[in-house]
Amino acid sequence: MLTYQSIDSLWWQFAFILIAGWIATDIWRVFGVLLGNRIDENAEILVLVRAIATALVAAVIAQLVIAPGGSLAAETTVWLRIAAIAVGFAVYLFVARQVFAGVLAAVCMLAAGMAAGF
Amino acid sequence: MNQPSDNGAGKGTRYWVVAGMRQVISLPAAMLMAAFVGFASYARESGLPLAHVMLMTGFVWALPAKFVLVAAINAGASLLTAFSAVALSSARLLPMVVAMVPEMRTAKSRTWVLLFLSHFVAITAFVVAMARFRDVPRQYRTAFFGGFACTLTASNVVLVALVYTLAPVLPTKLVAVLLFLTPVYFLCSLWGSARERSGQAAMIFGLALGPLFAVVAPGMSILLAGVVGGGLAYGGAKLVAARKARP
Repeated sequence: MLTYQSIDSLWWQFAFILIAGWIATDIWRVFGVLLGNRIDENAEILVLVRAIATALVAAVIAQLVIAPGGSLAAETTVWLRIAAIAVGFAVYLFVARQVFAGVLAAVCMLAAGMAAGF
Repeated sequence: MNQPSDNGAGKGTRYWVVAGMRQVISLPAAMLMAAFVGFASYARESGLPLAHVMLMTGFVWALPAKFVLVAAINAGASLLTAFSAVALSSARLLPMVVAMVPEMRTAKSRTWVLLFLSHFVAITAFVVAMARFRDVPRQYRTAFFGGFACTLTASNVVLVALVYTLAPVLPTKLVAVLLFLTPVYFLCSLWGSARERSGQAAMIFGLALGPLFAVVAPGMSILLAGVVGGGLAYGGAKLVAARKARP
């Protein structure tokens, strides 16, 4: 089995990153250009494509909140993270229609919660 | 729809490249950089050499894909396993690029230029493009996006190197806050840049279905939530519109 560690050479590890990282992401981008190039800007299908792209990003957001990696998972509970992002989004929607205000509110809530031991 | 904004009217390619570069000093770029500080410290903790972390930043670029790649390397995954995990987690790039390309190209656009620019597409670039393209005249959108995306990527390669070398031990609570900026920022700005009702409905479906599918079909959850959630949002918006159109 070929792993990143199995050949102890800089070049093998570079190749590993390029194949498993670069090619694995850029194939989607290349297909995206080839497909998108054939679609008219006002085509109805683009509304569906935008909806799918948006739902995908939303699912990534949910994952970053519910199951993040590293220090965020170690330092906070899932309920604190959900509460903080909910507060931030509510401030954005109902208080000030500024992304910065929402982010600031969420971060304050998260920091306060961490300080309080949640 | 393609009206240039007042300050950019009549300006040429160079103006729009610089306008794009200046977007690097903006809230979206700041949020992404904060997340990259978190990534650099995570990659360092994982024991990856600096050169590899910089290589990943430039070549993979999409941040979630890099977290998946580092996790696969840590787990001693085989090349095929790592490739599959990263490819699966990156399928969302396809609809993003498909949505962006028709708004960027003109009759004269060369495919290789679009292919080159597509490398820089990730969530931040998608959100910025959707929000800003309406202020950029169509023939300069590739210049604007190229200026923005190349500068943003280059800045983050440098940033990652700086964080890796200069700040080896960041307090974990600070890293936690930095990593939390990304989802909050994406949530608010994605809502604001949605073009139509179905976009906001798609967000709600994606947020709800992501965690649900994570339980039912882990590994495929993002992809499933996107296709099912996006499809439901689109179909729902069509139904509502049809009902309204009826006399």
